[in-house]
Amino acid sequence: MAERSFKSEVKKLTAGEGETFTGEGILAVTKALLQSGVAYIGGYQGSPISHLMDVFADASELLESLDVHYEASASEASAAAMLAASVNYPLRGAVAWKSVVGTNVASDALSNVASGGVTGGALVIVGEDYGEGSSIMQERTHAFAMKSQMWLIDPRPNLPSIVDSVEQAFQLSEASNTPVMLQLRVRSCHMTGSFVAKDNKRPPMTVSDAADAPMRDTQRIVLPPANFLHEHEKIEKRWPAGIDFIRDNRLNEWFGPQAAHGIGIIVQGGLYNNLNRAMERLGFADAFGKSDLPIYCLNVTYPLIPDEVAEFCRDKTSVLIVEEGQPEFIEHELNTLVRRAGLDTRIVGKDVLPRAGEYTGKVIADGLADYLAQYAPEIAPQKLPSDLLPAPVATEIPQRPAGFCTGCPERPIFTAMKLVERELGPSHVSADIGCHLFSILPPFNIGNTTMGYGLGSAGASAFKPKDKRAIAIMGDGGFWHNGLTSGIGNSVFNKDDTVTIIVDNGYSAATGGQDILSSRADNDERVTKTPIARAVRGVGGTWVREITRTYDVARMRDTLREALTTPEKGPKVIVAQSECMLNRQRREKKQTAAALKAGERVVRERFGVDPDTCTGDHSCIRLSGCPSLTIKPNPDPLRQDPIAHVENSCVGCGLCGEVSHAAVLCPSFYRAGIVSNPTWLERTADRIRRAVIRWFQAREQRGRLARAF
Amino acid sequence: MAPVQDRYTIAILALGGQGGGVLADWIQTAARREGWLAQGTSVPGVAQRTGSTVYYVELAKPGVEGQLPILAQMPIPGDVDVVLASELMETGRALLRGFSTAQRTTLIGSTHRIYAIGEKSAMADGRGNGDKIIEAAHARSRRFIGFDMDAATERSGSVISAILFGALAGSEALPLPTEAYRHAIEESGIAVASNFRGFDEGFAEAQKPVASPITEAVAVPEPTTEQGRRLAKRIAEELPEPAREHALHGVARLMDWQDGAYAALYLDRLAPISALDAAPYELTTEAARHLALWMSYEDTIRVADLKTRASRFARVQGEVRAQDGQTVTVTEFMHPRLQEMCEMLPASIGQRILSSDRLSGFLGRFFTKGRHVETTSLRWFLMLRAVAAMRPMRPRSLRYGEEQARIEEWLTLVTEAARVGRLDVALELVRLQRMIKGYGDTFERGLRNYTRIVELYRSERLDADALARLQALALSGEDAQLTPSAAAPPAQQAG
Repeated sequence: MAERSFKSEVKKLTAGEGETFTGEGILAVTKALLQSGVAYIGGYQGSPISHLMDVFADASELLESLDVHYEASASEASAAAMLAASVNYPLRGAVAWKSVVGTNVASDALSNVASGGVTGGALVIVGEDYGEGSSIMQERTHAFAMKSQMWLIDPRPNLPSIVDSVEQAFQLSEASNTPVMLQLRVRSCHMTGSFVAKDNKRPPMTVSDAADAPMRDTQRIVLPPANFLHEHEKIEKRWPAGIDFIRDNRLNEWFGPQAAHGIGIIVQGGLYNNLNRAMERLGFADAFGKSDLPIYCLNVTYPLIPDEVAEFCRDKTSVLIVEEGQPEFIEHELNTLVRRAGLDTRIVGKDVLPRAGEYTGKVIADGLADYLAQYAPEIAPQKLPSDLLPAPVATEIPQRPAGFCTGCPERPIFTAMKLVERELGPSHVSADIGCHLFSILPPFNIGNTTMGYGLGSAGASAFKPKDKRAIAIMGDGGFWHNGLTSGIGNSVFNKDDTVTIIVDNGYSAATGGQDILSSRADNDERVTKTPIARAVRGVGGTWVREITRTYDVARMRDTLREALTTPEKGPKVIVAQSECMLNRQRREKKQTAAALKAGERVVRERFGVDPDTCTGDHSCIRLSGCPSLTIKPNPDPLRQDPIAHVENSCVGCGLCGEVSHAAVLCPSFYRAGIVSNPTWLERTADRIRRAVIRWFQAREQRGRLARAF
Repeated sequence: MAPVQDRYTIAILALGGQGGGVLADWIQTAARREGWLAQGTSVPGVAQRTGSTVYYVELAKPGVEGQLPILAQMPIPGDVDVVLASELMETGRALLRGFSTAQRTTLIGSTHRIYAIGEKSAMADGRGNGDKIIEAAHARSRRFIGFDMDAATERSGSVISAILFGALAGSEALPLPTEAYRHAIEESGIAVASNFRGFDEGFAEAQKPVASPITEAVAVPEPTTEQGRRLAKRIAEELPEPAREHALHGVARLMDWQDGAYAALYLDRLAPISALDAAPYELTTEAARHLALWMSYEDTIRVADLKTRASRFARVQGEVRAQDGQTVTVTEFMHPRLQEMCEMLPASIGQRILSSDRLSGFLGRFFTKGRHVETTSLRWFLMLRAVAAMRPMRPRSLRYGEEQARIEEWLTLVTEAARVGRLDVALELVRLQRMIKGYGDTFERGLRNYTRIVELYRSERLDADALARLQALALSGEDAQLTPSAAAPPAQQAG
């Protein structure tokens, strides 16, 4: 089960004709899919499209009632391969993932489906994780659309436009036998708004119907000679069909006057709202998009429509293209199209706008001001003021890198690595994608490279050490995504001598706590409880250790030391297991509340620091970084350095105590066990104990006061 | 009358897990109820895991002909009406990103701190300066509403998002009636009662002037015994006024730590420094502080004593919020090593064990493991009391002898420097004590660094600035290299 429950959102998905749907952008897309008569849906979770996957996972009843097949794919490659169902049959299918990383993984299947072409509408929904808040390399999905010839839709960021574009994408795909990508930027996925719903549509043909009546067309299979035909077909048939559909159905939009000052602006649909706000601030538009300058808005960013481009550029001396990311594919293409049309229009883009980085409202406003200053000086505006915070104040504001959550079971793994590092010196550490990647940041500062999801072990495979072994990290999510073969299988086969730590926290945790094969949860819809260690042994791993409680830092440390020093050859695999604390808390909170309500005995544990023995060195924090382990002003009037302090958000995971022991830190930590509804025996024993202790304490206090100041 | 405004832009800066998303939803619900179109955007992603994140909300009215407004997806600097920040440095971040501007923005920010990892993990004090942020918040907002929202959360038994929501309503920065806000809380249907409490608390706090978290000042100790009064009299007679407060704390601490005679030794040691000092007596003041700290070094006896006191039991009960009818057990994580055990013994015995491989090998086996010491159990309580009761024997212990020798050596260095008029050097030498703290490895590292700096001081004739630089370097990281070149002043920038 995922981190967030979407039961109430699922209800929204049943909205019928004329009802107003209010919610997040990515949920609007899910609703739009059902309205479009989609027959099957797949995908792989990851910000910013996790919610789409989570909603469908929670909506199994609704999907069954509509005969829509939904699958939580094992990887983006699995999801993309699913689109094979639209090759021979008029089935509308949609798959979703985080891009550009997911598209990388999916690209083999995408190339195949794009080569053979589709009969039913095939839609790839990509959550473009670019700009602020992004956790991945800054690249463009646009390149994939171009190389495989898939159309790329980048709708204006408002819910009605986004919802319409889903339906249009299916139609475009069917009209041109070409898969279509729907690109949604991070903020659009998480943007709230409203649109007027339509009824959900049962697919005219279901996946079962298709399976019952199989069809075969060798012309659609990527194998000679069909593969050569496909290339011609793409250019001669599908390309013109796509262009015609986009033009005839006016998928792109125009705003403002036809001509003004010999200039114009071409913008990616997804950036339109920021452009309008920038223009409003500079005095060229109003709040409703009434523009003083001609705007050509590309809701379809690939392919460009030569007639439309020529039409827009004619009679203009220059046109500004507002295109986020690099390389500037659209700008290149525009230059080509303008030359082919025999026009002299100057295409201005990355010479006034930044070549790299997110196009925020401020960035666009500055670029637009520069553009106008050069090409329409008669209307050039003042630049927006910028009043930077002076450095002496700015430097006081600390960075807040992401980190492990309170009580996270992955933290002790890296604490143990730190302790081993002190004994054996640093190792090369190949990191992976997942929450564990936060080890790279303070306070652990562990990890040398990360090569992609599930590729931790593979990233260490070049190291064939004589003495010092490299360490690879892999998450359970990455393990099942591909790490079992690309990492473990590879290192067994190649007799690698590296150490792999597999973090088995029971969920695909970083993407929102979805279940995976090795999850411990009962899941009616999926198969879980498949042990990772068994899979490792299944591909020939022999040195495999399972640690069933990662918080046991001493054991973690000793096992890691053994893995790094054992004379045994071949890969050493440590499966470190403890449940993701975020999900565990969510699960247990309800149980605890119910038990308390029923008057049952409940033990709560939390940690604390004695302020009079803590001396404020913060070694404990450097080995933990837990949000609930923080600092506070020193209550000691003679000391100045802040002391460690445990906040009430502590979940009592036990790490602080384990670290104190394993690293021989200081005696300031204590663990309090608070028992609610204690038994009669407990209460009596407690009373007696306390009475005796109080007597001793009173005696001690009298003595102390007698010698006191 | 306020001018008619058709659009309001609101930026929320929060940390992952603080409910910034809930707050953004509430605002939209309240506004939609009043006929506004509302849009919210965010970039959760990895920032959800403890990082800082921005939520952005726009409220707008449809046009006269029913046209829909084009809403932006992120704030443009200088174009934000309301900023809500859940923490002081996030308030600062709103300023850093230019969201809050003097002409326009109502800035509602908490004045409490949630320390960032860089501030927490510093070896000494890495905290950012919050006063500068508050000053800038006043300067760079039309109106700054600031109060300790963490305390408000505590008082109302609520969450910080409810406090912020109440403060927003109380600020009247948006043209929404209070009922609209309350209705939004009701409609979300989760923890309605406690959210209302938080809302009311925030609403009320927004009407008050800007307030920082209250820190309790520690009272200067008053003598309660005859011996105490004698020592207090000595302080008044022997020490310059600026040093007296520290000295009073110092004397009280050392009487608690050992006894009156030991506190008298402390004053004996301060006197020669004071005699060489001159106004404003910074050297004596700092020496009074650092000498008391060094003389009350942390040993097993002290820890056992502090852990078993009645006041400590009461403090733990309060800190973990134990309620009536609940029982509380307290477990310590102690790792006494042979070294520490021997340090507690009379010097001759402790020395003999440590210098004999056979003895320390044999006894060491009993001190390799960490112990879970359940102080609330009778067995462990009495054991710790027995250790604490060794206090009168402490002056004969191995550790005591070592520490007193180090202290004397340090004081000699200080007075030598002061005697030749280098008061600034003497002051920096006094301050070196700051590095010697903690237990086990931490203590050893601090002592090693201290010894190294003293060596460099002796061999390289360092000045006060060099000493300060070396100390800062030693406290900058666990593997700092203290070399003569590190003591040299930073190279002047060319040109």
